[in-house]
Amino acid sequence: MSKNNNMSILLKGILLENPVLVLILGTCPTLAVTNSVIGAFSMGLAAMAVLICSNTVISLLRKFIPDTVRIPCYIVIISGFVTIVKLLIHAFFPEIYALLGVYLDLITVNCIILGRAEIFAGKNTVGKSVLDGIGMGIGFTLALLAIATVREVIGLGSFAGMEIPFISDYKIEFFVKAPGGLMVYGIMIAIVTALTKGKVPMKKEFACEGCPSAGVCNTACKQVKEEN
Amino acid sequence: MENFKTLIIILMSSVLVNNYVLSRFLGICPFLGVSKKLNQAVGMGISVIFVMLLASAVTWPIQYYILDTLGLGYMQNLLFILIIASLVQFVEIVLKKFIPSLHKSLGVYLPLITTNCAVLGVTINNINDKYTFTESMVSSLGCGLGFLLAMVLFSGIRSKIEESEIPQSFRGLPVTLIAASFVSLAFFGFGSIVENLIGG
Repeated sequence: MSKNNNMSILLKGILLENPVLVLILGTCPTLAVTNSVIGAFSMGLAAMAVLICSNTVISLLRKFIPDTVRIPCYIVIISGFVTIVKLLIHAFFPEIYALLGVYLDLITVNCIILGRAEIFAGKNTVGKSVLDGIGMGIGFTLALLAIATVREVIGLGSFAGMEIPFISDYKIEFFVKAPGGLMVYGIMIAIVTALTKGKVPMKKEFACEGCPSAGVCNTACKQVKEEN
Repeated sequence: MENFKTLIIILMSSVLVNNYVLSRFLGICPFLGVSKKLNQAVGMGISVIFVMLLASAVTWPIQYYILDTLGLGYMQNLLFILIIASLVQFVEIVLKKFIPSLHKSLGVYLPLITTNCAVLGVTINNINDKYTFTESMVSSLGCGLGFLLAMVLFSGIRSKIEESEIPQSFRGLPVTLIAASFVSLAFFGFGSIVENLIGG
């Protein structure tokens, strides 16, 4: 039973609670780095590394962090790991560092990481939190790869930098530019909704309550919700 | 004169060409979350301008006078996010105490901006682009104005979407994203305008 349970924690991040396509978290990096497959893959791995480390540490410290100041504590922990990952990438993969640019820093405020800390790691044991981090990280990477593949193949006629014959003669640059990103992401979510109809607790409304930092600003969120 | 021209170029390009929301994808969450009503969009936009200006004004001297002189450049990320978070809290407390009327109209949106990637993005970009203090203030103002512009335009489009009939699986977020894609496409047209207008 316990083994089954652990498996489902790992798998739910990949499919049923995919952070990008179902929970709709971490929209900013999703859109920004998916114009190339390599960028998407390295962003996915970097975020996954930060997510696993921060989930582990937050879960270890969950009994020591006072409830009232938990969000600032989480942010400090996450930001520390982002700095480590950033320095490592800068040292060993300078091309990828240049490709990701400021978005590497912005992993700190990526909703997925803070969201998992708030929703999962702050309440569960270390083992489960690590599994959750791995699952969510793989889900994030796969979703980014899917979007990036569509954008790069149609937009540049190449895959991970390798040119594809025939398609590259008819490339539509719209898809690697900003508007193409928004459109492909929208269509992807629509496809996932259509495929999983009824099976997944799809988030109906995208508003304040979906934001993981909602915990910090409860009253504000309620007010915005009421006005809607 | 030359200096003034640079400032105008920075302002125009951060409002129109490199619009933070529509071409750099920073601050997408509030853009999609709080753009349903016009008054909310305006309130959020003004708060973002305010916080961006304040955050840049504080982080710029810290980067150059503290981090760089002490060789602590790697602490940038950690320090900036803490500064922004505490600054927002501080402003909210001050507003609540001294200008309750302003707090009532803007205060709601302030906490929402704490972990907004657009604010962190602006402060880090100012440093990465090696802007002077004046330039970084102008660029923050431009980014904030661009955010406000995008929010206001988009809230108008969203009220149209609410009334129209949409296929089941596109309802909610997908159609909103596709609408945002068209707004972004419209902004794309500004690309070469700024250079041609000012003579780049």
